[in-house]
Amino acid sequence: MRYQAPESLDAAVALLAGAQGEARVLAGGTDLLVQLRADLVDPELIVDIKKIREARTVAEERGGWRIGAAVTGAELKENTRLKQDWPGVVEAANLIGSTQIQGRATLGGNLCNGSPAADSVPALIAAGATAAVVGPRGRRDVPVEDVMIGPRKLSLTKGELIASFFLPPRGRGAADAYLRFIPRTEMDIAVVGVGINLALDGAGTITTARVSLGAVAEKVLLVPEAAQAIVGSRLDDAAQERLAAQARRACRPIDDKRGTIDFRIDVAGVLARRVASIAYERARLR
Amino acid sequence: MAKHHVAAQVNGDEVEFLCETEETLLDVLRDTLNLTGSKEGCSSGDCGACSITLDGRLVCSCLVLGCEVGGRRIETIEGMARGETLHPLQQKFLEHAALQCGICTPGFLVASKALLERDRDPTETEIRYWLAGNLCRCTGYDKIIKAVMDAAAKMRRG
Amino acid sequence: MATMLTTATDLPQTYVGTRTVRPDGVDKVTGRARFGADFNLPGQLVGRVLRSPHAHARIVSIDTSKAEKLPGVKAVVTRDDFADQPSEFIPAGEMMINYRDMVRNILAREKVLYEGHAVAAVAATSVAIAKRALKLIEVEYEVLPPVIDVMDAMKPGAPVLHEDLFTVGVEPKPDKPSNIAKRVEIAQGDIDAGFSKADVIVEREFKTQPVHQGYIEPHATLASVSEDGSAEVWCTTQGHFIVRAHCARLLGMDIGKVRVTASEIGGGFGGKTVVYLEPLAVALSKKAKRPVKMVMSREEVFKASGPTSGAHVKVKMGATKGGRFVAAYAELRYQAGAFQGSPVQPGVMCAFAPYDIDNVKVIGYDVVSNRPKVAAYRAPGAPISEFAVESVVDELAKKLDIDPVELRLQNAAREGTKAAYGPKFGPIGLIDTLHAVRKTDHYTTPLEDWQGRGVASGFWFNIGGETCVSLTVNEDGTVSLMAGTPDIGGLRASLAMVAADELGVPYDKVRPIIGDTGSLGFNFLTGGSRSAFSGSMAVVEAARQIKADLCRRAAKLWEVPVDQIEFEGGSVRPVGDAATKAKPMSVADMAKVAGKTGGPIGGYGRINAQGAGPSFGTHLVDVAVDPETGRVTVLRYTMAQDAGRAVHPSYVEGQYQGGAAQGIGWALNEEYIYGPDGKLQNAGFLDYRMPVASDVPMIDAIIVEVPNPRHPYGVRGVGETPIVPPMAAIANAIENATGIRFTDLPMSPPKVLKALKERCRNKV
Repeated sequence: MRYQAPESLDAAVALLAGAQGEARVLAGGTDLLVQLRADLVDPELIVDIKKIREARTVAEERGGWRIGAAVTGAELKENTRLKQDWPGVVEAANLIGSTQIQGRATLGGNLCNGSPAADSVPALIAAGATAAVVGPRGRRDVPVEDVMIGPRKLSLTKGELIASFFLPPRGRGAADAYLRFIPRTEMDIAVVGVGINLALDGAGTITTARVSLGAVAEKVLLVPEAAQAIVGSRLDDAAQERLAAQARRACRPIDDKRGTIDFRIDVAGVLARRVASIAYERARLR
Repeated sequence: MAKHHVAAQVNGDEVEFLCETEETLLDVLRDTLNLTGSKEGCSSGDCGACSITLDGRLVCSCLVLGCEVGGRRIETIEGMARGETLHPLQQKFLEHAALQCGICTPGFLVASKALLERDRDPTETEIRYWLAGNLCRCTGYDKIIKAVMDAAAKMRRG
Repeated sequence: MATMLTTATDLPQTYVGTRTVRPDGVDKVTGRARFGADFNLPGQLVGRVLRSPHAHARIVSIDTSKAEKLPGVKAVVTRDDFADQPSEFIPAGEMMINYRDMVRNILAREKVLYEGHAVAAVAATSVAIAKRALKLIEVEYEVLPPVIDVMDAMKPGAPVLHEDLFTVGVEPKPDKPSNIAKRVEIAQGDIDAGFSKADVIVEREFKTQPVHQGYIEPHATLASVSEDGSAEVWCTTQGHFIVRAHCARLLGMDIGKVRVTASEIGGGFGGKTVVYLEPLAVALSKKAKRPVKMVMSREEVFKASGPTSGAHVKVKMGATKGGRFVAAYAELRYQAGAFQGSPVQPGVMCAFAPYDIDNVKVIGYDVVSNRPKVAAYRAPGAPISEFAVESVVDELAKKLDIDPVELRLQNAAREGTKAAYGPKFGPIGLIDTLHAVRKTDHYTTPLEDWQGRGVASGFWFNIGGETCVSLTVNEDGTVSLMAGTPDIGGLRASLAMVAADELGVPYDKVRPIIGDTGSLGFNFLTGGSRSAFSGSMAVVEAARQIKADLCRRAAKLWEVPVDQIEFEGGSVRPVGDAATKAKPMSVADMAKVAGKTGGPIGGYGRINAQGAGPSFGTHLVDVAVDPETGRVTVLRYTMAQDAGRAVHPSYVEGQYQGGAAQGIGWALNEEYIYGPDGKLQNAGFLDYRMPVASDVPMIDAIIVEVPNPRHPYGVRGVGETPIVPPMAAIANAIENATGIRFTDLPMSPPKVLKALKERCRNKV
């Protein structure tokens, strides 16, 4: 098994594109090393992207934010202005695992691991984030909801990797939030995850919204019907009920060791209501 | 495949070692550098017994590759005491009987130290959530939390 | 040999009962202490185990030839390297063992009986080569259908694990094999007459899943066999003398040729009272002629080391409307895993033990199924049966409209009560713990909506057993104490305190260590809540010998008759007519003249400790239930338990709190989850959900002391009782919060939410 730590995106792309056997990108390693140890993967090449500037930088850009794919959850939490603009994205990244995991886990790794239960992905999708994908044929921006197409299946092709994410300008009167359900208080994989991003007008009416559900389908879902359920409302009880119903309808979960189908559907509705309330309160304060 | 040659700093000392690509930092610490204070409980980042700090950041060493740490600063349990003087956390763990079998203790001490370096006055809840990645099966956590709170108070008094 | 004992009150005690710093503590907080995987020897090889991918299969053939030829592989062992053992049951403290089953558990012979069952082991020069070697071992299996659940395993027509297993304890004797290894029963009085007198009867069925002890340190061992056939073994274990006995027996070696050193142990809770890797490491080392180190991965720990039983329990209790229990009946069905030997017997014995009931009948079945063989887990058997009983007691309290603590007080076992399983209790502390809990501020704090409070009591009988402690007074008056039971959480501190008080020397002048098997006589393992109880008894005996010896030496030195010499307050002094003949000499003074007065000074306590006193406890817990998600949060936890005499209060509290936390996990989230193929789906700490620090509140531990009259200090074992009450206490609290009685552990959110929704639907 070879290990390389290129210092530029071009070098990383060349390594990945030119690999004979399986090549894996290493950012925080909190998924890759577990899989290596469990003999679930046996790559011929590991490409460590932590020496690549774009992958490690958080910076404001065109009113929004560019976040490197290999920036850790802990580093995101320490960025006060990012936390003010996108509390949902930051709290989602900081629910992954434990303090130790957050010291290493990254948005890029969390997305590219391809688990529909990934905590940061619903928040990124709700935020309308795009992934900057670089590869042998150049650079393209992909909405995050189009990156993961199934369990462990990404829409990236050989040689491509995610260099960074772009969060659009936040604007006033808008905010996001993320909650997940786990049986303990920490450490578990999300049984259901909900990310909601919404914007209000001066009267407190929701003008736009994005609702994303995790761990309830074979990929993380963007649910326009759930968003529509609350647009035009002030998140009164009836709107919340519509939201919950649409969230439940969108689920197509499985029974597994973490939750049953019925449970996931019920809790998706419950969390959708709770997350919307938090996002709404935050938006009102902005 | 030739091994990687890595130079890093461990507990203030410059070290050099060779490692295979697939060896974790935990493997290197325990098997190559003979620093067996960090423990292997699960190899999947779920128990925290292998906790160390990497450039001051609390991480599980079982989730870091040995070949990644070139030029970086690693601190383990073995570096916590200053000569003959125990760190206040170590002292308080003893006074509060915050350990029974002791296997999780190095991980808890490293993790608690990382917390108190960031937050000198954490609440009980904040301590519990910070330490949620460190499993203990013997104590029920009660005396550990009390020891950390007492150590924080002592460190605030200076 | 048993010692006749003085009572605790007339002994001078400076240390016993105080919170000293443990002598082995500094090593543990600095990372210096060495646990099982922390030992290495030059030239050592890596040992790895090939494990069955099937839950149930016949082994048609095993071919290790390719593995043996791989460069770097120095030894391979299979069933052929271990002689078969005849069937013989040996009492091993709290559970029975059978070597015929043990030799099959460490390496499968005719069949593999659970996913993860060891089939072969290799020793190689590196991890990579060992892993490759395992892949080269060819095993041909004839896959058989597995059976997992205890009720399924008992059904006629279930796949049979052992063709030679015929149920013991039923008449007429069965002529067909089954998975039911035995039936046991205890009874007193007349159960039918009892129920006919009852005004209120509650009958319920309960289900529990296997849970693992969850020790953070995986099994680990290092074995080195020399050319003369003698073996040295380092391992993490609760009983190194037991490891020695098993290795010697399984490998056909003299016990004296096997020397086992117990490392520091990173948790055991009963799960490290058996062998898995050690005989394999010794066999490999013997073949390879090099040391072999073997460490289990976390996945192997879950798949191939014994959890405790999953069970099905039926309980029926009757009471008069005044609150007197008149009849109690239970049927316990425990699954033992792949080989017989579940803790159903202690489960049967403990079920109703906290109560004084004239008419009792408890029946138990020991059932095999395709899971790893169960190992002891903290009060083995009792948490399951007492979960069921304490839940039913709570329902009776509600039906009778009597406070649950009051109902228990009315029926509590006390001194003189004859327990249904046989003995009459001496002085015991159940009533004291009930009062202690009722007096707390916790008991009367108001609750909010969707919050509930529950109480439950529990019992474990504790054991004594063979114990050796040697005390040596060094030339400078310091004392070396060598005990033979691994210290799993504070034992060395407790023994050092007892020795310091007995000999009147400062605590920091006593240096305790755990000796290897070559240094002491046989010690039964650390378990059964016996190590402080028996160890301290042996220390007292050893100290008694030293004190008598010092008096004899002083007599010679001072030319005074020995009956005019006394040992008191750490010194020998002449008394009576000889009182002025000489000045008192301390232990340190006498040590300086040891050579002149007969040689080195020491005592050796070798006992089979009797008179272990049972420990009763009562737990009180508040929970909050989220009605929309079914998540249960433990808000507040108070517990009182009788320690007899707490030698070191902090470590006694630690046992209480640790057991309670394990019980919280057992109640709410821990379980072995199997797929239909009989494979374990959650063999890691991610999905085997043990409580983390944010899952539990502070646990208020109240030490009650009703001295055990059969121990010189009044000590009772305390380590096991704490895990017995929590599950029922939490189930009772959830019932109080929601009105729903949960009988199926764990009470995880999907189950709770489903029950809440069903109740809503039924109401409409």
